[in-house]
Amino acid sequence: MLQRLEHLLGIENLTREQITFILDQSKPFQEFQRHPLKKLATLRGKTVALAFFEPSTRTRISFATAAARLGADTMNLQAEASSLKKGESLLDTVRTLEAMRPDGIVIRHSSSGAPHFVAERLEVPVLNAGDGTHEHPTQALLDALTIRDRKGKLEGWNITILGDILHSRVARSDIQLLGKFGTRITLCGPAMWVPRELESLAPNIHRETRIERALDDADVIIVLRVQTERMHEPALAAEEFILGYQLTAERLRLARPEALVLHPGPMIRGLEIDPVVADGTQSCVLEQVANGLAVRMALLYHLVGGAPVDEPHPAKERSNAAD
Amino acid sequence: MLLIKNGRVLDPASRTDAALDVLLDGERFAQVGANIAAPGAEILDAKGLIVAPGFIDLHCHLREPGQEMSETIETGTRAAARGGFTAVCCMPNTQPVNDSASVTRGIVERAAAVASVRAWPIGAASAGSKGEALAEIAAMKDAGIVAVSDDGKPIATARLMRQVMDYCRALDLPVIDHCEDASLFAGGVMREGPTSIRMGLKGIPAQSETICAGRDVKVAGLTGARLHIAHMSTLGSLEYVRFAKKSGLRVTCEVTPHHFTLTDEDVRYDTNYKMNPPLASRADREALIQGLADGSVDAIATDHAPHHPGSKDVEFDRAPFGITGFETALALGLTGLVHPGKISLMRLVELFTMGPARVLGMERKIAAGEPADVTIFSTDHAWNFCATDSPSKSRNTPFDGRAFRGAPMATIVGGRIVYRREAAARA
Repeated sequence: MLQRLEHLLGIENLTREQITFILDQSKPFQEFQRHPLKKLATLRGKTVALAFFEPSTRTRISFATAAARLGADTMNLQAEASSLKKGESLLDTVRTLEAMRPDGIVIRHSSSGAPHFVAERLEVPVLNAGDGTHEHPTQALLDALTIRDRKGKLEGWNITILGDILHSRVARSDIQLLGKFGTRITLCGPAMWVPRELESLAPNIHRETRIERALDDADVIIVLRVQTERMHEPALAAEEFILGYQLTAERLRLARPEALVLHPGPMIRGLEIDPVVADGTQSCVLEQVANGLAVRMALLYHLVGGAPVDEPHPAKERSNAAD
Repeated sequence: MLLIKNGRVLDPASRTDAALDVLLDGERFAQVGANIAAPGAEILDAKGLIVAPGFIDLHCHLREPGQEMSETIETGTRAAARGGFTAVCCMPNTQPVNDSASVTRGIVERAAAVASVRAWPIGAASAGSKGEALAEIAAMKDAGIVAVSDDGKPIATARLMRQVMDYCRALDLPVIDHCEDASLFAGGVMREGPTSIRMGLKGIPAQSETICAGRDVKVAGLTGARLHIAHMSTLGSLEYVRFAKKSGLRVTCEVTPHHFTLTDEDVRYDTNYKMNPPLASRADREALIQGLADGSVDAIATDHAPHHPGSKDVEFDRAPFGITGFETALALGLTGLVHPGKISLMRLVELFTMGPARVLGMERKIAAGEPADVTIFSTDHAWNFCATDSPSKSRNTPFDGRAFRGAPMATIVGGRIVYRREAAARA
């Protein structure tokens, strides 16, 4: 029996069935993006609070657009303008938001666990849009949707995650998700950013410091940005990183010919990824952005709309279109 | 006169474990023996209970002066009395820092007026605990400090540590050492390991403590001073302490109840699991318990660190370090160490009495003429700790609601009953 989600705090506590369900529910929303009139009435009258305590462009716009296309209204809280700058606590800020009766809160925060903190104290569903160096569950779900679409399934692939793993919430969520589907995961980057403890996150994780070996036989390559803003450690020269770990066209040839290249964005062209690869035929970067919209619509539909898991899908119901 | 009758007297100093009566006359013990008759004395029936020398806590924060929102000498010592402590040593990281005789005198005078139990101040090692010049240590000693420490602001250089130890050796004061290499600590919020990696919380490697403990054991060797390692949490530090003791150095150490009870695997996104040093690995915890059992560890100390609810009810990485500890210490020791057979009851009492007393260069025993400080406790009273019932101003404990077997039943300081469990229950 599929258990309905109350919050989306991370991938760690989702079952394989729940993940498959969310991905299945995202499919019709992918189709829906191609409609000339991109608006449903499914969440009409509902309000989604977007609480971004950390700067974000793509995730915030993606959630805002997903909410709009489902017919929901949004309340926006942006770090720069928020009363946090005036010294208000997170608890007071979210309680203030809650007093305006949103039906769900999407939260992005620089502190790991901030969405858990909020979810324990508020009644409304909480969606984690990235917390510190902990998790970024919607990114992992859209990555999984992208891989499943292109490759037909999630199981059994060799997946290589490249770059700054230690400071990446995307890496943690990807590892948690892919680990539940029996993929072989290779983590590759400068040794201090690929600590041994990462191996305990999922079965079948391998660490590799040489990029050539990490790319050998890879079916999917997830390239990560170097998270300089989250680093407490002494820096590594950019040239040194490029020399050892940039995904170049030449290096990409070491992977399987049909290997996919994913990047959560924002990309720093010329640092972790060669522009030729970023724009190449194996790159899924823009597809990931489109899939992000579909995944977030599916999540808002279920978490904010409170739809039973066996409800007919809204994007398949013509009569549901807004007037 | 107060006569404690029918109890089982456990006194590690004299290795006494016998059914004896204890007669208190004023502030001192008058007589210890079987079937004492003292007509007219008030009788305290300790049938089925342990009668131990008064417990000493080497490490706590009473937050006064300056942080009275979190705790005061009055509220903190009331909580201490409920925990069975008759004397508590309060760390100098108040506002202002206790780095001068006037601040020390202020604490001593305030304690004389309002404290339920003895409050023994610890003076700062460096002025303002800033790690630069020495604090007014000799003047503070005259005013009543029992040790020095820059707890919470670890002494960064071996050079300053050497100065402090040299000076304190001459004054015969122990130097209490919060061992932490700040460069390895670097913004960490919990112990580095699989759990910190999974939770995305910045980790602190065990070596942050261990390296500093090693350094300071060597400085103790250089100076011959009395070094006491505070809230020791790693196997590595324990090995340095064992080495030091074997080498004849005057090095002692304490372990907190939370470090022998919990591990980093227990950490959740709940700031009541955030303390410094952080909860350690399972292997470290096992090593600490071994050290408590074999005598390598000298004392159990609470590191009672109250923080008012507003300051702890925040994101994990923004919360201050520390948890309260007075009222759960004995119960955690009984429930976690004695009942499972890891240490004897006598050893547990030693870790709360003679052990900490010797760190301070004192004795602690039940004998005629000694100060009449007594802790009476039950080894099997079943109860649940409720943080909201605490006289402390703070509620930051991971043990709220926990079920315990064994509890303090009465606390006597200088012949005066400052806490009785039955009375508290009736009230």
